[in-house]
Amino acid sequence: MNRQGRPTQPVASSAPEGLTTFSGNKGLQLEEALIFEIGTTQTTGVDLADLPANAKSRIGDLARTDEIGLPGLTEPETMRHYVRLSQKNYAIDSGIYPLGSCTMKHNPRLNEKMARLPGFSDIHPMQPQSTVQGALELIDTLAHWLKVITGMPAVAMSPKAGAHGELCGLMAIRACLEARGDARVRVLVPESAHGTNPATAAACGYKVDTIPATEEGRVDLEALKAKLGDDVAALMLTNPNTCGLFERDIIEICEAVHGAGALVYCDGANLNAIMGKVRPGDLGIDAMHINLHKTFSTPHGGGGPGAGPVVLSETLAPFAPLPFVVVTDGTFSLAEYAPEAEAHGAQPFGRLTAFHGQMGMFVRALSFMMSHGSDGIAQAAEDAVLNANYIMASLKDIMTASFEGPCMHEALFDDRFLKDTDVTTLDMAKAMIDEGMHPMTMYFPLVVHGAMLIEPTESESKQTLDAFISTMRQLVEAAKAGETERFTGAPHFAPMKRLDETAAARKPVLRWTPEENASHSAAAE
Amino acid sequence: MRYLPHTPQDRAEMLARIGAANINELFKDVPADALLNERLDLPMAASEMAVERQLSAMAAMNTAAGTVPFFIGCGAYRHHVPATVDHLIQRSEFLTAYTPYQPEISQGTLQVLFEFQTQVAALTGMDVANASMYDGSTAAAEAVMMAARVTRRQRTVLSGNLHPHYRDVILTNGTYTGEAFVKNSPQVTDDEDLAAQVDDQTAAVVVQNPDVFGNLRDLTPLAEAVHAKGALLIVVVTETVSLGMVKSPGAMGADIVVAEGQSIGNGLNFGGPYVGLFATRQKYVRQMPGRLCGETTDADGKRGYVLTLSTREQHIRREKATSNICTNSGLCALAFSIHMTLLGEKGLRHLAALNHAGAVALAESLSEVPGVELMTERFFNEFTLRLPKEAQEVVEALTEKGILGGVRMSRLFPGDDTMDTLVTIAVTETNTPEDFAAYRKALEEVLS
Repeated sequence: MNRQGRPTQPVASSAPEGLTTFSGNKGLQLEEALIFEIGTTQTTGVDLADLPANAKSRIGDLARTDEIGLPGLTEPETMRHYVRLSQKNYAIDSGIYPLGSCTMKHNPRLNEKMARLPGFSDIHPMQPQSTVQGALELIDTLAHWLKVITGMPAVAMSPKAGAHGELCGLMAIRACLEARGDARVRVLVPESAHGTNPATAAACGYKVDTIPATEEGRVDLEALKAKLGDDVAALMLTNPNTCGLFERDIIEICEAVHGAGALVYCDGANLNAIMGKVRPGDLGIDAMHINLHKTFSTPHGGGGPGAGPVVLSETLAPFAPLPFVVVTDGTFSLAEYAPEAEAHGAQPFGRLTAFHGQMGMFVRALSFMMSHGSDGIAQAAEDAVLNANYIMASLKDIMTASFEGPCMHEALFDDRFLKDTDVTTLDMAKAMIDEGMHPMTMYFPLVVHGAMLIEPTESESKQTLDAFISTMRQLVEAAKAGETERFTGAPHFAPMKRLDETAAARKPVLRWTPEENASHSAAAE
Repeated sequence: MRYLPHTPQDRAEMLARIGAANINELFKDVPADALLNERLDLPMAASEMAVERQLSAMAAMNTAAGTVPFFIGCGAYRHHVPATVDHLIQRSEFLTAYTPYQPEISQGTLQVLFEFQTQVAALTGMDVANASMYDGSTAAAEAVMMAARVTRRQRTVLSGNLHPHYRDVILTNGTYTGEAFVKNSPQVTDDEDLAAQVDDQTAAVVVQNPDVFGNLRDLTPLAEAVHAKGALLIVVVTETVSLGMVKSPGAMGADIVVAEGQSIGNGLNFGGPYVGLFATRQKYVRQMPGRLCGETTDADGKRGYVLTLSTREQHIRREKATSNICTNSGLCALAFSIHMTLLGEKGLRHLAALNHAGAVALAESLSEVPGVELMTERFFNEFTLRLPKEAQEVVEALTEKGILGGVRMSRLFPGDDTMDTLVTIAVTETNTPEDFAAYRKALEEVLS
């Protein structure tokens, strides 16, 4: 009987030991070569107009005559290449992404749609200002929301990312101190700080002085006071801090810093925990960057672009960088140069980027904020904190919480619970990959051993959190039960096994070369 | 609120598990006086439709470039972006992933970065490129700092024909790092003598090609003079499409090339987000700023990619890092790489040729208008005219007529009265012969 086309019936079987496929693909897991191996310089996926018959050249002897070496693919091949590559990525839209310090929350597609309105996406930064009044209004409106949320009187919009915002804040501080004729040389940074903080202080020409944390994971107020002096320009602290805790002495800390004639920079990476609940401006903060890509969900995009506007106190506001939006009788304009700025009473410290900041991110962030409203913003912070505490409460009996709670929007564990196993924090992370979850942030902050920093964000449902908790508990129990191979060889089921990062750094191969093509094909044969 | 999954019952159950009576018990470390009891003074939550209505109204107040004859450049260029690019960069797996810290589940992003680095190195004529910077201007500032590290010198010579915003970003970044800068005045026609300003204390010379007025120059003699003093040549490119037609900076002797990559794959977006390209010689790799992706193998010997040489970076080196940069411009780099793959070398060369042919045609047409003088002899897709009237007046009159006709140089160089009558005009493949005719006619009317 011809059974062709009839429904199949499953036959119970697992793949025989050692079975591999001829193509290297595994069902939906498709291998993909480099564009340099599948494209050619004479292939193109665009149809362009013909050159005019009478086209003239004014390039002279500067014409490019060498082969550039850029392969092209046709449009269908291009689509397939990048779709296949995309399928090798984990993403927020795939599942929980509890990467501490990164605030991996849902990215609403309304924001994408709004950012692509031609009135925002197809306008040039040097267009006459009369033709971009709506764009300037949007920047001004976003600035208003940021000022209200933080309780600060001013905001510099142009920084392109969080670390760029830090640079902006520290430059404003230094410009302010120098305007007072009080140049100072040291910046105090808690040992739990993000690496960008000391790197930024160094880029502003400051010496970095580290202050220790207390047993409770917070800034040691007495140690801070002991380090303060008339050569200290600023304290850079993160609040909530990188241990996931609110600095409960924050008001005393700011008073002590101000009392010594210095200023307080706050790393705003963790604003998600407190928006609508506490305003940094009420705590004594002088400058704080806001990671729009974290707190206000402009997507992370595989590592940027971000956006890092910096809110500033009255003291620092005059020193904000160029350009900035000015509103006069309902008309918006840009102060682009020092004389224009000075006419508005400002003393800008300079310019941080060619144009006006990350407009595409501004539209997305404002769309996100307007959707939430003041009620939704506070609710999001509360849910983010609730979720982290729920994880903490559900795991602290079998994992070791580093500090006494409640935590804010991230739960910090360390590796003490793995002490008598052969499993490390890294192994635990890789085993999570096998379970279909993105691992938490590992080995940061540096103040605890083998850190595991879990930030669920407000986007996760109770059901998802329960599943996460259940899987984590099973993993921990397996580690303690000595199922070491589950961990040390992980991931077993990801598109790749563990990669050799040491070899990559020892002999860096940072680009494809034709020679590689030859050796790669030889190896395949 | 549509983005928040919890029901009131979920919240109550979760608080019970935590052992907290209410949500504010979780905020008990916040000083009591500082905890807000009232809502922020902002509008309440809004539906998708309501947000769309309000933002669309703001967008409608702007003149989108695609709706008028459009000739503005000076660091950002309106090119056609194929629909495929925008579709692909909105794939969830690219859009909603983060930095590939876990390479086993991030090979998509990592392979794209490896391909991007290779494309940028080829395009600039250099050995290696990083995984991108925020934009061209911040890349330029990073290049100056890198040159100081490489040469252990602190004196940088800046061309007067560098985009003044780039110049200001470089100067601002160097304010507190002990760098000394030699500045030059802009000169639309004269070939400034930068070589004469290089001494044995000079770390680098920064020069833009094509320059802010559109001039193309052969930088080979300058590179030789710079190298003779042990300094580095940093070449800035703000119109990356030019590299499809013009001899590469690498072939002219550049040591570091920084570029604004917006022209490929990325829209105007009122100035950002953009993508900074950063390329250099192999021997300087360990002094580079920013993320780098490198090739390696996994435990089965299979080829794969990881972030590498991170011992240069802030999260390891802290205050001793080569830069404070943490992110790159990932999604914009992806857009760049996809568009470049669609173009291929053949497409890029053709695109560049179309841009150039259009610019030459418009430049020759406009310079026939009485009183108008073409100031740039050799250019790619952007040129500068001297007008018989103040450029501000002319640009405004053209805007009134619905033509966005270029950038008046008095906006970029305020206070320099030699700039008052200059306008810089960019042409791309998006401009039509009708646009050219409309510009010519409008300019004749404005100047008559």
